Amino acid sequence: MADVNRGNRPLSPHLQIYRMPLTAITSILTRITGNALIVGALLIVWWLLAASSSPEYFAIADGVITSWFGDLVMTLSVLALWYHTLAGVRHLIWDTGRGLDLPTAEKLGWACLIGSVVLTVLTVAIV
Amino acid sequence: MVQFTLPKNSTIRKGKTWPKPEGAKNLRTFRIYRWDPDTGENPRVDTYFVDMDTCGPMVLDALIKIKNEIDPTLTFRRSCREGICGSCAMNIDGGNTLACIFGMDEIKGDVKIYPLPHMPVVKDLIPDLTHFYAQHASIMPWLETKTQRPEHEWRQSIEDRKKLDGLYECVMCASCSTSCPSYWWNGDRYLGPAALLHAYRWIIDSRDEATGERLDDLEDPFKLYRCHTIMNCAKTCPKGLNPAKAIAEIKRMMVERHV
Repeated sequence: MADVNRGNRPLSPHLQIYRMPLTAITSILTRITGNALIVGALLIVWWLLAASSSPEYFAIADGVITSWFGDLVMTLSVLALWYHTLAGVRHLIWDTGRGLDLPTAEKLGWACLIGSVVLTVLTVAIV
Repeated sequence: MVQFTLPKNSTIRKGKTWPKPEGAKNLRTFRIYRWDPDTGENPRVDTYFVDMDTCGPMVLDALIKIKNEIDPTLTFRRSCREGICGSCAMNIDGGNTLACIFGMDEIKGDVKIYPLPHMPVVKDLIPDLTHFYAQHASIMPWLETKTQRPEHEWRQSIEDRKKLDGLYECVMCASCSTSCPSYWWNGDRYLGPAALLHAYRWIIDSRDEATGERLDDLEDPFKLYRCHTIMNCAKTCPKGLNPAKAIAEIKRMMVERHV
């Protein structure tokens, strides 16, 4: 492809100056929650591994996961899980060619944000 | 490649504050990105004050006024001053748009102007669009036919012609592509919203006979599939077009021809 940087041309600012619209924020949140869920899932695997190792080891893992910090991490993981699920459904809708006009896309974004919070509150209240 | 910070030669320094025009009562502050290839210094942001009582309503009016009355070295592209040539695309108030059709009444506070994001800067507000144009050329932006030429023009039904609405209006200003984070990180291989909108414009043209080849060419993890439906393109397009939808339609056609 063409040589795009002859001489010592600077790169114009991007993330530093761009005002990200709602659709961009909800998009990057999908990726962030997806990656955060890997950490959450590893914690659960560690908890299960500990349960299959020995009662002493399980006591340690269970202590961490049921501590206030563990509760916080698990609650945030539920939030991430709901958000990531709803955002996934949004992608399914988009993949059919629907909901891509800006007003609908923005409504879907708000639905993911508000929906994930409501569903997390419900989940924590019920469980 | 993803690099969130600016390279060393691109970080922005504090610039110069130009004197206020005398006797003006209705001043507006402009903060404008400057880079001069002749000095070898880093880019800076200069501050200008413009008398709004004697200035036209659009951002381009103010830029021309600054160039005429305050600082003749301020450099930017402009031509038609009515949103049809696409020359004056730049980042204004955090979004990409055409300076000539963007009213200053739409901006709160200081008017901040930068070149189109994540592009090599030629000077001040002028980005190098060589690669962007090369990508446009790569999608074969012309009618490809195999059958013999008809005696008159290539005919098209009214319904088929309607499919080109929302696509043919693109003026190639590069606002969309340079608003796209995917294009920022992978612009060397991802075609970006503008080139893909043009690709779709020819794919769905009823007269074009190279649809298969066009789709074959886009069947690539980078050229097409770096679009993650972030939708910055549709949000920022100064012509109100929706490249994200055009790209989604190409992706659908890819699936359809496989099943």
